Amino acid sequence: MPLRIERQEHISGLRLTLVPLIAIAFTIIVGTVMFVALGHDPIRAFGIYFIEPLTDTWTLQELVVKACPLMLIGTGLAFCYRANRWNIGAEGQYVAGAVLGSWLALATHGTDAGPWVLPAMLALGVIGGALWGLIPAFLRVRFGASEILTSLMLVYVAQLGLDYLVRGPWRDPQGFNFPQSVTFDDVALMPLLLGEGRLHGGILIALVVIAAATFVLGRTLVGYSIELAGSAPRAAAFAGFDERRVTYGVFAVSGGLAGLAGMIEVTGTIGQMQPSISPGYGFTAIIAAMLGRLHPVLILVSSLVLALTYIGGEAAQITMRLPFDVTRVFQGTLLIAILAADVLVRYRVRRVEEVGHA
Amino acid sequence: MAETDGSRASAALLEAVGLTKRFGALVANDHVSLAIRPGETHALLGENGAGKSTLVKMLCGLLQPDSGDLLHDGQPVVFPDPASSRAKGISVVFQHFALFDALTVVENVALGLPGYEPLPALAARIEACVHRYGLAVEPYRRVGELSVGERQRVEIVRCLLGEPRVLILDEPTSVLTPDESESLFRTVDLLTGEGRAVLFISHKLDEVRRLCHRATVLRGGKFIAEVDPAQESSASLARLMVGADVPRTPRLVTHELGEPRLLIRNLSIPGDGSRGSALHDITLEIRAGEIVGVAGVAGNGQTALFEALSGERPCADAEAVVIDKTPAGALDPTARRALGAGFVPEERLGHAAAPDMRLSDNVLLTTHGDGAIVRQGVVRRPVLFACFQEIVKRFDVRFGGKDPKARRLSGGNLQKFVIGREVLREPVLLVVDQPTWGVDAAAAAFIRTTLRAKAAEGCAVLVISQDLDELLEFTDRIAVMSEGRLTAPVPVAETSREAIGLAMGGAHGHDHGGEGTHAA
Repeated sequence: MPLRIERQEHISGLRLTLVPLIAIAFTIIVGTVMFVALGHDPIRAFGIYFIEPLTDTWTLQELVVKACPLMLIGTGLAFCYRANRWNIGAEGQYVAGAVLGSWLALATHGTDAGPWVLPAMLALGVIGGALWGLIPAFLRVRFGASEILTSLMLVYVAQLGLDYLVRGPWRDPQGFNFPQSVTFDDVALMPLLLGEGRLHGGILIALVVIAAATFVLGRTLVGYSIELAGSAPRAAAFAGFDERRVTYGVFAVSGGLAGLAGMIEVTGTIGQMQPSISPGYGFTAIIAAMLGRLHPVLILVSSLVLALTYIGGEAAQITMRLPFDVTRVFQGTLLIAILAADVLVRYRVRRVEEVGHA
Repeated sequence: MAETDGSRASAALLEAVGLTKRFGALVANDHVSLAIRPGETHALLGENGAGKSTLVKMLCGLLQPDSGDLLHDGQPVVFPDPASSRAKGISVVFQHFALFDALTVVENVALGLPGYEPLPALAARIEACVHRYGLAVEPYRRVGELSVGERQRVEIVRCLLGEPRVLILDEPTSVLTPDESESLFRTVDLLTGEGRAVLFISHKLDEVRRLCHRATVLRGGKFIAEVDPAQESSASLARLMVGADVPRTPRLVTHELGEPRLLIRNLSIPGDGSRGSALHDITLEIRAGEIVGVAGVAGNGQTALFEALSGERPCADAEAVVIDKTPAGALDPTARRALGAGFVPEERLGHAAAPDMRLSDNVLLTTHGDGAIVRQGVVRRPVLFACFQEIVKRFDVRFGGKDPKARRLSGGNLQKFVIGREVLREPVLLVVDQPTWGVDAAAAAFIRTTLRAKAAEGCAVLVISQDLDELLEFTDRIAVMSEGRLTAPVPVAETSREAIGLAMGGAHGHDHGGEGTHAA
């Protein structure tokens, strides 16, 4: 018997707010099934995954450290997704920003450059990410190419570019042939906030960005034009907002913030360039943005939730010998659950007797 | 309801008895009855929102009634889907055609038929049908090349191949020139002459009185009366439809005309390939205080003209569009609004308003450049909300809740909102595409009166409409658009329906440019 999906006209705000909670509940159910299938006590597993990290100051700091790039990237993606532009390549923009900024750290390495190096690196990170993000925007505006595909493909270009750099020109001559650069000088590192732990100044930058994004999206004409372009493109053109400018704008913002996140991560936690500088933040941030309903403050919260899956995943690897892929499964399940819950709240599945042709 | 046993004895082909259909709190059809007899043309009259479409959808199985019965040849029937009603000989030609532009006529027809039939055989059947009913359709032409009237004939042919006993035509003349309507009427007469029944849905009273043997009137979802249209006057039918006397728009031509506010000079826009909605060499002047109408059948370039004026389609030649003495051809919509222009597009949802945004946010759509609401790029919510409330109050926009999404408003209320949004900006030029399309009579009268009042205050108004009666009622001069060309406007007092109708169909197929109507 065929099924048909129909749009529901009146959806209460309450049901839309419930979507993230339904999605999390569904993920927990799937997780339970998975743990049982793997032969683990699900309650203990969930305890290790989601509760224990919250009981220790060191892991709480780690939580914020992991959430920081997610917040920055997710907030940038909110600009794109609100405008109905689907930037899937934040991971590449993150790498591109980190590469451009790190160039300065390596160029000034060993010189007595002043404290201007770090701010300049962060600025270059923004520029690098924004430029990388503008490529799919240009391809879409000029040739009508799908930004979903082009932005995703550029991820691999950026990652392989980074790989080439750290194995080739940027390799530390005293590094025993390991593919990594020299360790950055102190002026090129993000200061730590507390005496112990890894909590660094990047989180303050992320909070400022979230506040600014909340204001821009909610209270300004720019935010309105982004919303309108996503919601009703023809009405946006009628209102006088140039579709191309919106496309370039949101890709520049989201690429720039991804690049900033990459630079913060390298200067704050890694301290040098290496082939892999991200455990998939650029992709996980897509989930953070969707789970946070494309609202910066909610993205802050959802980033912390997703950071928990990273931390819990590390703990589970150690104590339960669960592979890191379990974390990926959690994150993927969460995204699918959000998307499905979104559809099921907005639409209604109806059984039809026979497919009529109107 | 008004049925007597005597009339039921004359064996209605299709009869609805006390049909009721609810959508949530709205009762779209409240115990509606209708009887269609063999050999008659039966009119279904009612305003937009009276419940005509709901009734038709129940008659053909697209919707199921909540209560009430359908009788076919006197026997109760249930149509779970359109296929089962088609099997009983009931066919519908909807307002919106389901045709593929890239395919030929015969291919389109083949797609709609159950089973397989070789195309040459089908083409022969189409030819036979075309000859029998005088429908000009060529089987091997590509649908994309056809005019709206021709497409409608394709849909009719597609229905007739199934030898229907009841043919339902949903607002068929709304997309036709007067000439095309005449030939449709001849086809309808041939069909009823063979004993078939035609249900003719319309709100054009004159054609209903001429064509139909019987008329069922709906109002607000309720059955009002079944009458003999020939015995009624247009005014009495209108009273039945609206429930009160329809106010005529007062014609105020006492004020003096002022400066030219809109100058269109040799405006040409190339077609975008898929649709030939290009503009050829359009010239028009509108002065302060007058309302100029652009008549024409849909799809003859009206959308392109509107977009060229609003700035959504800027043209290379800045002088081609002059707004209040400033060349504006190359300006974007915001800059044109800053010159004092206001625009109301045809499509309310998705073009004039964002369906999923709140009504107050939709105020910002055209007012963001006016200075008061947006300061230094920041939206001042209290000012925006005050403006929103003034539109709602002055233009009597009704809706549930405090600030609903635009899609939740009825067509008439949303149109009042969209018009009010522009009028409150105090424009010196208003360009309005289809001001009353799909709007109930009371709201339509209100909108026309508002536009007249604006003109009296010295605003120049351009109205693009397919409703010729409306243009004759409240504009000062009328120009006709056909295949991307615009005739020189003539004062309403010096023209007639016939002359305009001729110009509307004039350029179809062959060039009638030599009639002296082109100013260029």
